[in-house]
Amino acid sequence: MEDFETIECDVLVVGAGGAGLRAAIAASEYGAKVALVSKSLLGKAHTVMAEGGVAAALGNVDERDNWKIHFRDTIRGSKNLANWEMAKIHAEKAPDRVRELERWGAVFDRTEEGKISQRNFGGHRYPRLAHVGDRTGLEIIRTLQDYAVHMENIEVFMECTVSDILKSDNRTVGALAYYRSSGKLVVFEAGSVILATGGIGKAYRITSNSWEYTGDGHALAYLAGADLIDMEFVQFHPTGMVWPPSVKGTLVTEGVRGDGGILVNSEGERFMFNYIPDVFAAETAKSEEEANSWLKGEEGAMRPPELLTRDVVARAIMTEVKEGRGSPHGGAFLDIASRQSPDYIRRKLPSMYHQFKELATLDITKEPMEVGPTTHYMMGGIKVEANTAASTIPGLYAAGEAAAGMHGANRLGGNSLSDLLVFGKIAGQCAANYAQENSKVSPHGKEIKKSIENTLEPFEDGDENPYQIHQELQEIMESHAGIVRTGEELEKGIRKLEKLEKRLPEMYAKGERKYNPGWHLCLDLHNMIITSLALSRAALERTESRGAHTRLDYPDYDDELGKVNMIVRPGPGGMSVVKSPLLKMPTELNDYVLKEVV
Amino acid sequence: MKRKIRLQRGEPNNLRLDEFEIKVETGMVVLDAIHLIQATEAPDLAIRWNCKAGKCGSCSAEVNGEPKLTCMTRLSDYPEDQTLTVQPMKTFPLIKDLVTDVSWNYEVNRQITPYQHTEGTGDPIMFQAEVDRVQEFRKCIECFLCQDVCHVLRSHDMKDEFAGPRFMIRTAGLEMHPLDQGERLEHLRDDHGIGLCNITKCCTYACPEHIGITDNAIIPMKERVVDEYYDPLKWLWNMVTGKSN
Repeated sequence: MEDFETIECDVLVVGAGGAGLRAAIAASEYGAKVALVSKSLLGKAHTVMAEGGVAAALGNVDERDNWKIHFRDTIRGSKNLANWEMAKIHAEKAPDRVRELERWGAVFDRTEEGKISQRNFGGHRYPRLAHVGDRTGLEIIRTLQDYAVHMENIEVFMECTVSDILKSDNRTVGALAYYRSSGKLVVFEAGSVILATGGIGKAYRITSNSWEYTGDGHALAYLAGADLIDMEFVQFHPTGMVWPPSVKGTLVTEGVRGDGGILVNSEGERFMFNYIPDVFAAETAKSEEEANSWLKGEEGAMRPPELLTRDVVARAIMTEVKEGRGSPHGGAFLDIASRQSPDYIRRKLPSMYHQFKELATLDITKEPMEVGPTTHYMMGGIKVEANTAASTIPGLYAAGEAAAGMHGANRLGGNSLSDLLVFGKIAGQCAANYAQENSKVSPHGKEIKKSIENTLEPFEDGDENPYQIHQELQEIMESHAGIVRTGEELEKGIRKLEKLEKRLPEMYAKGERKYNPGWHLCLDLHNMIITSLALSRAALERTESRGAHTRLDYPDYDDELGKVNMIVRPGPGGMSVVKSPLLKMPTELNDYVLKEVV
Repeated sequence: MKRKIRLQRGEPNNLRLDEFEIKVETGMVVLDAIHLIQATEAPDLAIRWNCKAGKCGSCSAEVNGEPKLTCMTRLSDYPEDQTLTVQPMKTFPLIKDLVTDVSWNYEVNRQITPYQHTEGTGDPIMFQAEVDRVQEFRKCIECFLCQDVCHVLRSHDMKDEFAGPRFMIRTAGLEMHPLDQGERLEHLRDDHGIGLCNITKCCTYACPEHIGITDNAIIPMKERVVDEYYDPLKWLWNMVTGKSN
């Protein structure tokens, strides 16, 4: 058998974005010896790209805000499909997690009174997003990173990828990983494992996600036997760049709209007024006049329709394009230039200013941007318990985008940064507790051997280029499981994915093991195919349109399906999708959801 | 349109420049060209990258000898008939192809005394004007291009004596934080060698985030070190009172 290094720890954290870092800190504070494994260099994870802010009902800008309203907004935004326990814990704890970051050195933008400033965002009733210009994620990851590296019992393993979860007697006991830079193998023997691996966006061609987002945690958990839920819900962010082609999909922060930016079609019409759903009618402006009074900050003003939830705005842009009112490169115009002064734009949206200037030769203080939907966030993922972040497999935990339940059918902007802080901490504490209370079991040699064989398999002969397979996968997902879906298209897509899956063993990795991206992609593709199949199969089962999941053949809500989550799990005959009833929300909380003011 | 691009490949002691011809699309950046080559001709070509949006600072390299984020450098910035050459950052040990070992930077960061909060009752009050400067330093995406071009590190390889511009702004961001209580000046002088910077401003020119590294961080920090340790009156006072530096 191949040589491998062995590292012993109490808690293995897979992924070092916001969720993984916060989990590692919490586990370490609990006294656990933590191994923090990161696919990239530390501080480069996808959290760094979060722009607009972190949602927390601090009430600094509008004192009417409180956790109940945040809870209400989250449930409404989720189209009633979120796990209410998670949404409640999240809304209650988010302010503490943000204040804690400030005590650890984070420097948020300030209000005139010197408090943490908060900005408006889609689906949030009041200005709620603590932010740092449009680089909030960078501030958060850097703060957590600098805090974590000074903790004695956290050891960081950079550019190290976990390729398999090791189990013994149905309990998680560690993982096999490889160092990207050397290609050498390492076995982590752990009391418990936290998956904080982020999302799945690289299965799509047009995406705001980085190369790391290959559904690793989703697939590792599935292969370990854990339940996945809400896999049919992929958030397509309404505003990605559409031009030039090489940056198609790159994110344009919702902060542009939060700071007053408007969406306009090729006929110069501010079209979002035509797309206001009933559930948001009471809090949304119906005319330009009403919307303008909001921009001026007038008391009691209604929010502009550009700040409706992301699913609504993304579909509206798509409809405008489809009906022939799109911008020259197939998007909509996003105009902040005519709404705010150049100084304000450069101060509040500096990275957007540079991004367009450098990549599209466009000055956003003078001209409108062209934007269109881009694959952005996976609502679905590993099913976890709200209070412990435990998956359905003993010793296996999940937090952040890899976990699911918090956002239901649609996530509100700003709720991901708060999610990863709140549940990262819970996962860290509970995984540490589990490791302390259960005596450690070593992985079986036989299982390690099998994992190693699978990990090195791409070096055996084959005739499929992994980059080609990846491109085909992205085309399948883009055309069969994209922003609008039908049963027929989903079925076609599933058949194509199954065919593609059969070709995976023929992929080859040319060259040596040392820093070999071709080999890494071969392994990542196994994860992407599993998540793509889970996503498509769950989407096929959900015969209704809800949140981010739009079925042209079932355009309306189905009340019965609104009471269930789809669970994907490995069954005896392969992947199975089963319906699972939602937790019943207590009447008191349900009242918050129904009210306009709480 | 087609154009030629040369990439440094191989490992230390076995380096070569491979030339490729690629089909150029509108708006293409250097990283796109590298990805295209990877997908079609060189699957094991090593390049480090993440966000492809100028936010993570992973894809730093030297394009025609200049420090660049390859994801933010457009091919159209260079004449069509010119062959582009992409090489790894020179200041750090090479791993393979365009990837270098930047782990030294992470070790230096760990040596810096972390933020120490002023505990008080209630939420901290800080005004925007007080934190503007700190926020400028916190924009840093850790691309390490400033480290790459710094003479002290690049030409003299004084990594044991000098922390480099990245960690000058890291330290400045902590020292200038209105609520920080940490003491870092002695460390900055003795271990991180702030005196070794001779203000050529190469780091400032290289910074893709346009941070005023030299003017806003290094020079003010040099002044603080001088005030603390080289003020003759203070020195005399310390002698008399028996305090030492």
